[in-house]
Amino acid sequence: MTDLPKSTTRKLGLVIDLDTCVGCHACVISCKGWNTENDGAPLSDQDPYGADPSGTFLNRVHSYEVQPDTGPAQLVHFPKSCLHCENAPCVTVCPTGASYKRVEDGIVLVNEKDCIGCGLCAWACPYGARELDAAAGVMKKCTLCVDRIYNENLPEEDRTPACVRTCPSNARHFGDFSDPESHVSQLVRDRGGMDLMPEQGTLPVNKYLPPRPKDDWADSSVLAPFLTPVADEPRGFLGWLDKALDKI
Amino acid sequence: MNPAPSIIAFTTFSGLGFGLLFWLGMDPTPPRGWVAFVFFFIGFALALGGLAASAQHLGRPERALKAFSQWRSSWLSREACCAVAALVTMGLYAAGLVFADVKIPPLGWLGAALSLGTVFTTSMIYTQLKTVPRWHNRLTPLLFLSLSLAGGALLSGRVTLSLALILIVGALQVVWWRIGDKALQASGTTLGTATGLGDGGRVRAFEPPHTGTNYLLREMVYVVARRHARKLRGIALILMMVLPILLLLAPFHHITALLALLSHVTGVLTARWLFFAEAEHVVGLYYGKR
Repeated sequence: MTDLPKSTTRKLGLVIDLDTCVGCHACVISCKGWNTENDGAPLSDQDPYGADPSGTFLNRVHSYEVQPDTGPAQLVHFPKSCLHCENAPCVTVCPTGASYKRVEDGIVLVNEKDCIGCGLCAWACPYGARELDAAAGVMKKCTLCVDRIYNENLPEEDRTPACVRTCPSNARHFGDFSDPESHVSQLVRDRGGMDLMPEQGTLPVNKYLPPRPKDDWADSSVLAPFLTPVADEPRGFLGWLDKALDKI
Repeated sequence: MNPAPSIIAFTTFSGLGFGLLFWLGMDPTPPRGWVAFVFFFIGFALALGGLAASAQHLGRPERALKAFSQWRSSWLSREACCAVAALVTMGLYAAGLVFADVKIPPLGWLGAALSLGTVFTTSMIYTQLKTVPRWHNRLTPLLFLSLSLAGGALLSGRVTLSLALILIVGALQVVWWRIGDKALQASGTTLGTATGLGDGGRVRAFEPPHTGTNYLLREMVYVVARRHARKLRGIALILMMVLPILLLLAPFHHITALLALLSHVTGVLTARWLFFAEAEHVVGLYYGKR
C-alpha cells in the first residue's frame, strides 16, 4: 500500500549547510557515479556529447543571489535532492505501490520493478526531487544511498551517502533526526535549521542551515582599509585635467 | 505543465465517452437493437480510446495492470478501477439492450454513476496536486464533470439539455480561469519560501544547476503558452460554447448537430491544452521560471 507510515522508528536524512557550500558540484558527480554503478537502473544521459545534452540526476546544485534592502548581494549555492518528507505527497499518489516510505528509517524509495513510469509522483513533489529516467522508463530519486549506509562490505567511514562522503567543504551532514542528541539534530538546533516550502505541508526531514549574516562589508577583511580609495579628489596633473575638462 | 498530446486526448475523449455512457445509462427509454449498438459503440470507443492514449504516456506501459492495486490511497489507481467497473457494467447493460432487447434499469443507473465517478477520479488526479496551485481548486472536478455531461448530452442528441449544460460549462470555465490566474500568488509559495532565503532579501535565480535542459523543465516548466493564452481562451470559448449554442438554436438538422458537436469538442481540446500549458508547477520557482 502506498499509505504513509503513521510514524517511523528512525528519521534518517541530511542537513545541508548553505553557509559553507561552495557550489563545487562534487556531490552531484559522486551521487551520479554511485547511483549509476550500483543498485537500480543507471542514471542515463541522452546526447551527452552532442548539441542538446540532458540526463538524470538525483542531486542538483542551484545558485541564488539574495539582495538585502541595504548592503551588497550575497551568493548562495543551493544543493537540492529528495528531502524524505514525513508527509510525502509523492508516495500517496502512486497507483502501483512502487513508491513507499520505510517504517524503519523513513527513507522514501521507489521499487523500480513496480514503477510504470506515469510520472505522477514527480508532479506531486514540490521540490523537483524525482526524475523519470528516459532510458529505463522508471522514476529515479535519492535513496539516501541505502546501499551504502547499511553496507558492511564498505569501510565504516564510507557508510554515509556518497554526497556527504565527498563534500570537500563539509556542507552536508547525515544522521538520525529522531535522536535529539544526534549530530544533525544539534546542528538544526544551533543554527536554526529550516524547512523548504513549509506551506506545502510536506514536513521534510532534510533541513537547510541558513547562511550566517555577513559582517559589515568594510570590516570583512583586514586588508579592507588598504583597499579604500586613497584620494577622493584627484590632485596634481589629474586634478588639473579634471578641472580643465569641467570648464570645457 | 507539459501539454502532452496523449494526456489531452485521454482526458477529453474519455470524458466525452463516459458522459455519453452516463446519459445512456440514465435514459428511461434507451435505444435498442442496432441503434443502441451504435450509441454504445461510440461511448466505448471514446472511453477506451482515451484510456489507450493515456497508456502511451507511461514509461513502462507493459506494467499498467499494477495500477489497479492502490485504490485505497491513489486517485490514479481509483480512476483505473472505476473506469473498468464502469465499462464492464455498461457493457452488460448494453448487451441486454442490443442483443436481448432487455432493459435492466438498476444496471444502467449503476453504470451511469460509475461513468461519472470515473470522470470525477480523473479530475481528482489534478485537483489533489498542491504543487500546481491552478489545479488545486474545488472547481476543477466541477469543470470536468460539467464538460463530460455537456459533451455526452450533445453526443446523445439531447438538444435542450446540452444547451443548458454548455452555458454552465462556459460560465464555470471563465470563473476557473479567473481564479486560476491568481492561484500561484494566493498559494504563498515563492522563491523565498522555496529556498528559505526570503527573509534575507530579494531572492533571484543566479545560475541554474546545469547548462542543458532536464526532465523537470521539460515536464513541469512549460512556458510557451503564456504569449497566446488570451487569444486561445477566446477561441476555446467560442468553439466550445458560443458556436454550438448558435448551431443548436438553429432549426434542428443532423448536419448542424454534428457541426455543433465538432465545434464543441475542438473547443474542449483547446481549453484542455491550456489546462496543462498554463498550469504553473511550483518547481519552476527553483529555476526562476515563474
